[in-house]
Amino acid sequence: MKAFTYERATSPAAAAAAVAGRPGAKFLAGGTNLLDLMKLEIETPTHLVDVQDLKFDRIDATADGGLRVGAFVSNTALSADPRVMRDYAVLTRAIQAGASGQLRNKATTAGNLLQRTRCPYFYDTNQPCNKRSPGSGCAAIGGYSRQLAVIGTSDQCIATYPGDMAVALRVLDASVETIDPKGAVRTIPLADFHRLPGKSPEIDTVLAPGELITAVTLPRPLGGRHVYRKVRDRASYAFALVSVAAVIQPDGTGRVAFGGVAPRPWRSPAADAALPHGGAAVVAQAFAGAKPTRDNAFKLPLATRTLAAALTPARTA
Amino acid sequence: MECTDGLHLSRRGVLAGGVASVAVAAAPAAEARLASAAPPAMMPVSLEVNGRHHDLRLDPRTTLLDTLRDHLQLTGTKKGCDHGQCGACTVIVNGHRINSCLSLAVQHDRDRITTIEGLGTPDRLHPMQAAFVRHDGFQCGYCTPGQICSAVAVLDEIKAGIPSHVSHDLATPMRPTNTELRERMSGNICRCGAYSNIAEAITEVAGAAA
Repeated sequence: MKAFTYERATSPAAAAAAVAGRPGAKFLAGGTNLLDLMKLEIETPTHLVDVQDLKFDRIDATADGGLRVGAFVSNTALSADPRVMRDYAVLTRAIQAGASGQLRNKATTAGNLLQRTRCPYFYDTNQPCNKRSPGSGCAAIGGYSRQLAVIGTSDQCIATYPGDMAVALRVLDASVETIDPKGAVRTIPLADFHRLPGKSPEIDTVLAPGELITAVTLPRPLGGRHVYRKVRDRASYAFALVSVAAVIQPDGTGRVAFGGVAPRPWRSPAADAALPHGGAAVVAQAFAGAKPTRDNAFKLPLATRTLAAALTPARTA
Repeated sequence: MECTDGLHLSRRGVLAGGVASVAVAAAPAAEARLASAAPPAMMPVSLEVNGRHHDLRLDPRTTLLDTLRDHLQLTGTKKGCDHGQCGACTVIVNGHRINSCLSLAVQHDRDRITTIEGLGTPDRLHPMQAAFVRHDGFQCGYCTPGQICSAVAVLDEIKAGIPSHVSHDLATPMRPTNTELRERMSGNICRCGAYSNIAEAITEVAGAAA
């Protein structure tokens, strides 16, 4: 691991200023992804600003009947909150489908959103990777791409956003609250939070340098049946090949988002609108324009089948 | 076979010798790397480990795992993959199990840490340790401290109503079924494959506690 200095921030604005004012500085929350990448020298921050003392560890009811989840709330605590289990079960299910018990205890809400891709070429520092080393090329294109994205990609990068939690947050229309170094706050819909790679795959999100996530807000409950169905190479503790988050109303309408298939949680209004017409119609809409590789073309029929399984009422959340 | 030749070779002695020779071989590369960067400032860290208070000064890069093993000589906690994939380094921090390899010691200033050495002793085994012995919940034993710390925390998580991927109904109390225990222990890899006996050991303790 490269050497770095460390501080514990005492206020949100001070934390933002500490990172914005110092090239190479990064926020540190749970650290479960960042430290892994630092050991591999894929991430090489020169300064870490630890945000654990900022009191972002509460889940509060909002005035409009939703929940405001502090950025530092652990994945375990969020998934096990009685209000979340009752009203946002798709979120509980998605979180519990990811990582291990140890990691969920340490990983935070904001950190989960900011986790980097698990593309094997991003991790292999002997290979070119535009996300890790801009301009170096993409070894995944034409390489081993079974796990990688089928839509939303560019000729620079075909990595997926790997997480589960964000797929549920996307279907719930969650928002991300941030503060900048001057103390200004803004709210970013989760739909706009993760970037598509385009010509700059090294930039994962729309956050400005030093902009700090303070909370994730959930709108008031949707009702309906909540499902998160994940298909992976083993039964537990693996990243998704395809996952489906869905909230289905008694009349058959609803919302659906896919994970493991794109650089961000994948959802479209046309796909939502197709829900009453069945899984195949949804997938046709959601994946219109998909550009799978030979290795990962299986993800399209797998998405159809995973959604079909999720829509079967016997498999309730 | 019993060793009768007067050579008292312990496994730790062999391992330490092995590590030392590796360190000698790797020294020039390490020196070259360190020469390019200023030495990092040491930072004060206070930890309460197994009920004992420790004041340390550490390089901020030091993981909680390396702190326990190399600075406090608590070598029960094991380094397997060092990347959060195997669970051998599992310890309990402020009541929650975590991977100590993916955490910096400086993140844990004033935290309360329990390692395998704090759960029980050879004379007074923790019920989970005794159950692992009774059920043969290991072969080589390398993953065992992490398995046991994880298992103790898993039963607390079930009692606290924390759901899992295989919990059918989020509205009813969580139960320590075999399926639940296997899912909840999936962050602890056992290369010897003692899983079924590990699950039986945990089931016994869960039953005794219920």
